[in-house]
Amino acid sequence: MLVAAMNDKTLHVRIWRGLGADDDGRFVDYAVPRQDSQTVLDVVTHVQRVLDATLSYRFACRVGMCGSCAMTVNGQARWTCRTHVAKVVGADGVLEIAPLAHLPVVKDLATDMSAFFDKWARARGRFQGTLTRHDDFARVSPETPERQAANAGIECIGCAVCYGSCDVVQWRLDFLGPAALNRAWTLVNDVRDTDRTARLRAVAGDAGCHSCHTQGSCTERCPKAIAPTIAIAGLKRTVARAAVKGEL
Amino acid sequence: MSAVVGAASRGAEAAPEMALRNAVAQARRWYWQRISAMVLAVCVVLHLAGMVWAVRGGLSAAEILSRTQGNALFAAFYAVFVLACAVHVPIGLIAITSEWWRWPPAAATWFARGVTAALVVLGLRAVWAVYAPGA
Repeated sequence: MLVAAMNDKTLHVRIWRGLGADDDGRFVDYAVPRQDSQTVLDVVTHVQRVLDATLSYRFACRVGMCGSCAMTVNGQARWTCRTHVAKVVGADGVLEIAPLAHLPVVKDLATDMSAFFDKWARARGRFQGTLTRHDDFARVSPETPERQAANAGIECIGCAVCYGSCDVVQWRLDFLGPAALNRAWTLVNDVRDTDRTARLRAVAGDAGCHSCHTQGSCTERCPKAIAPTIAIAGLKRTVARAAVKGEL
Repeated sequence: MSAVVGAASRGAEAAPEMALRNAVAQARRWYWQRISAMVLAVCVVLHLAGMVWAVRGGLSAAEILSRTQGNALFAAFYAVFVLACAVHVPIGLIAITSEWWRWPPAAATWFARGVTAALVVLGLRAVWAVYAPGA
């Protein structure tokens, strides 16, 4: 009956509803008025504000900066605030919205991202320098290969779209994942950083860069056009050189 | 109490050491698989091209053996091919058995060692069979 009511002015939306792993989640159908330049986040917000106030989801900035609104839209992880409905709606006019994959669901579309960010810490994603606020600025030429490699990955917003798209994360739950390894690669290339050896140790091994199969889903799906695949390949090379020299 | 604390601290020291060993082992496997892949890329192309060229006018087993027996260059090429396989294949099998079949690391490693031994013995035995005069 819902499908019969659909037309150009209405969108058939299916949203995953449930209370985490212990609850049998299910998709619930909604009819949402179609708007010009409507984003997926606009659709979810309409459902929550007009149709069902109990729907839970996460967002903050709505302009692609904060990285909190990623969801699975018609089977693919996407940042919903910058994803236009017209680009992703199926040929059957259905928009299916589910929580991000590979993370435990708190409720409905909101996932628990603790594991994702804990892995940034495990990969030693924190800058470790020697200068204090009393020292002069470090001068780093933007032309150096190291700085350019760091710059290539520095705009990550931590949305976990790459994490939700990675098959290796699905196979190995302890795999650090593309975002944490990309972060580590930016720091390995930061000439001011002093934690290089410990970081290389942290990102090598079974759960680190060597588990990556170079399938490239992270790079394909990253909304910021970052290439974690290249970062991970760089880590593999750097770790190998360190191991050969006995510096690991 | 102190014994418990001692055991806990020993565990904390052992864990990073194991992680480091694992990191070094994975790094080595990575570059050995890369190097062996480069060797295999050349070997496979030469092997296929050589086969196509050699049998273009039809070839019997006797004719093959007449060319390979005593041919040191041929034997050396296929010995390298065998050794590159023996390096490359087991490393990939460790990843497959641990990821797809969830084998524990020790089982995957010992299985890979067995495959290495089999590839070396059977492969070099096959090279010897077509190289050695009258084998």
